[in-house]
Amino acid sequence: MNYHSRKLLELHLASWRMATVGGLILAGLAVVAGRAFYLQGLNTDYLQGKGDAVANRSLTLPAHRGMVSDRNGQPLAISAPVESLWARAAELKLTTPHLMQLAHVLETSPDALSRHLQSKRRGEFSVQRPLTPEQAAKVTAMGIPGLYLRREFRRYYPAADVAAHVVGFTNVDDRGQEGVELAYQDWLAGRAGERHVLRDRRGNPIRDLAPMKVAQMGGNLALSLDLKIQYLAHRELAASIVANQAHGGGIVVLDAKTGEILALSNLPVFNPNNRHNYQPGPMRNRAVIDTFEPGSTMKPFTAAAVLERGLFHPDTVIETPETYRVGNKLVRDEHPHPRMTVTEVIQKSSNIGSVKMAMTLTPEQFWDTLHRAGFGQPPGSGFPGETAGRLRNYKTWKPVEQATMAYGHGISVSLLQLARAYMAFANDGEVMPLSFLKREPQETVGERVFSRQVAHEVRAMMETVTHEGGTAVRAQVPGYRVAGKTGTAHKLVDGSYAPDRYISSFVGMAPASDPRLIIAVMIDEPSGGVYYGGSVAAPVFAQVMAGALRQLGLPPDAPQDATLMTQKTQSDPIHMKGRT
Amino acid sequence: MSRLNVLLALVLMTCALTLINAQHRARNYFAELERLKKEARALDEQWGQLQLEQSTWANHARVETLARTQLGLIPPPLDRVRVETLAVAP
Repeated sequence: MNYHSRKLLELHLASWRMATVGGLILAGLAVVAGRAFYLQGLNTDYLQGKGDAVANRSLTLPAHRGMVSDRNGQPLAISAPVESLWARAAELKLTTPHLMQLAHVLETSPDALSRHLQSKRRGEFSVQRPLTPEQAAKVTAMGIPGLYLRREFRRYYPAADVAAHVVGFTNVDDRGQEGVELAYQDWLAGRAGERHVLRDRRGNPIRDLAPMKVAQMGGNLALSLDLKIQYLAHRELAASIVANQAHGGGIVVLDAKTGEILALSNLPVFNPNNRHNYQPGPMRNRAVIDTFEPGSTMKPFTAAAVLERGLFHPDTVIETPETYRVGNKLVRDEHPHPRMTVTEVIQKSSNIGSVKMAMTLTPEQFWDTLHRAGFGQPPGSGFPGETAGRLRNYKTWKPVEQATMAYGHGISVSLLQLARAYMAFANDGEVMPLSFLKREPQETVGERVFSRQVAHEVRAMMETVTHEGGTAVRAQVPGYRVAGKTGTAHKLVDGSYAPDRYISSFVGMAPASDPRLIIAVMIDEPSGGVYYGGSVAAPVFAQVMAGALRQLGLPPDAPQDATLMTQKTQSDPIHMKGRT
Repeated sequence: MSRLNVLLALVLMTCALTLINAQHRARNYFAELERLKKEARALDEQWGQLQLEQSTWANHARVETLARTQLGLIPPPLDRVRVETLAVAP
């Protein structure tokens, strides 16, 4: 089989042809090798990056914002997923009919929409957030290039305006702006996690490339509020403000044993679910961040100050002339009596009696009592922006100031601070730290303000306020003994007292034998004819207290009517009076 | 010698096939895990929405309005409330 030996098959090629073909093949090889070297050797980082960009993705794992609930687990703020509309400026192609249609779906004007869409040339931006589910479906159906839906979480407040001031609200970016949402932002928000994955052609992750950073979900928060009591307080306050044609008002319900805030409401209020037409005024939690001059609700502290120094006893008789002069100020009583015991001074809310008691103290002694009760200091509730009120240093006091402070003028407090101070009387002299969060009773350590005996004496005096002859007969709660104090203060307008504008208040506690609840009510500028704290604020107190005591199932402590009293025995069926 | 080579080649083949199989199963499980995670998330969201819905229906203001208007309920007047105290049996 030697081909060369056959004449016919012998090659007659010129040697240059061999060289040319061989050269071309080698040159091709060189090009391929060069290209391979260029791609693999020189340009590798860039290309690797491109490849990774398609297949490797780092995904952020969003942290779900925690739920805020009341003390019984009723939700007050929940995050729920919503769709929002975003646009990629580079890919956006919008025809005029599409624009009209889109504007129609989004309920805006085509001009405004088109201006908004053309405002940015690069990157991604939100067009509308959030969309309703129907809008989302319509926008998806239109299939406009460059527009896409993004899933976001929106905060909903099931209790709406009822608990709005305490809970606060978040902005569109899910950051707390007010209230508990702001105070506990870090705890509620959690921290977003991250994972690095390899994805397939369809974008599904197939492998984790690095250990993932697990998202730390936002924690849930149980507030001290009791939604039932909160609703009751809110409703009664609102009814009273309408009935008395008042500007506004506030109410605070405290657990006297633990310092927990069971309800706190202010009016005017806002609906945190409606993000349009926000106004700063109604958003203020005025019971915590605004102050007012408390008026006569300060008198029990004046009494406590003289009682604890042994200067007076509850039965000490004080001469109370019709007018009494301190410096150049003439103090008057609304309902003068020639002489009163200390108890009667509190019961009938005598300014002159209080002033005479306060003037037996040195400024330092009086200041010390008020300071211990927490006036002029932040109440420590942890609420953003809580006010300390105003209690000036005793060194700068003039006698007339000490006199007016005895009946609650020239000192300013927040409603929360006032309710907290009354805890000293309710809780046998000890003030528990305030809390907006639910807590276990054993965690709390109180702060002693008055001796047990002084607290008992003052509480007994305050109980007479709701009895016949006191200023707040309308604060009575059937079945329970109630102690409290009314306040009616002229409102400070531009630095002077307005003669016809009042702040009516009532602070009280029940059951008086062992108080469990403290309720402070403040009504701002009642203009329906009545303005005494005993007629305006006390009925709100009574309604809320009655409902709250029933809600908590506290046994009545008042000596009961013979007709209402029944000895319950095993065989006795439960029946309703009036039905039998 | 060549018999050993064939044997080793067979072992190698088996190992390779097992590896492929294992890899495939790992991917399947991973996909399954991903799906379940997604499902857990969706259920979580649904749970939130249901809670929201429940609290909207159980809103105190709504319940009170319904009780007053549709059911004609009123808070009991005081003369029709009797407080029972549990007497301790002697």
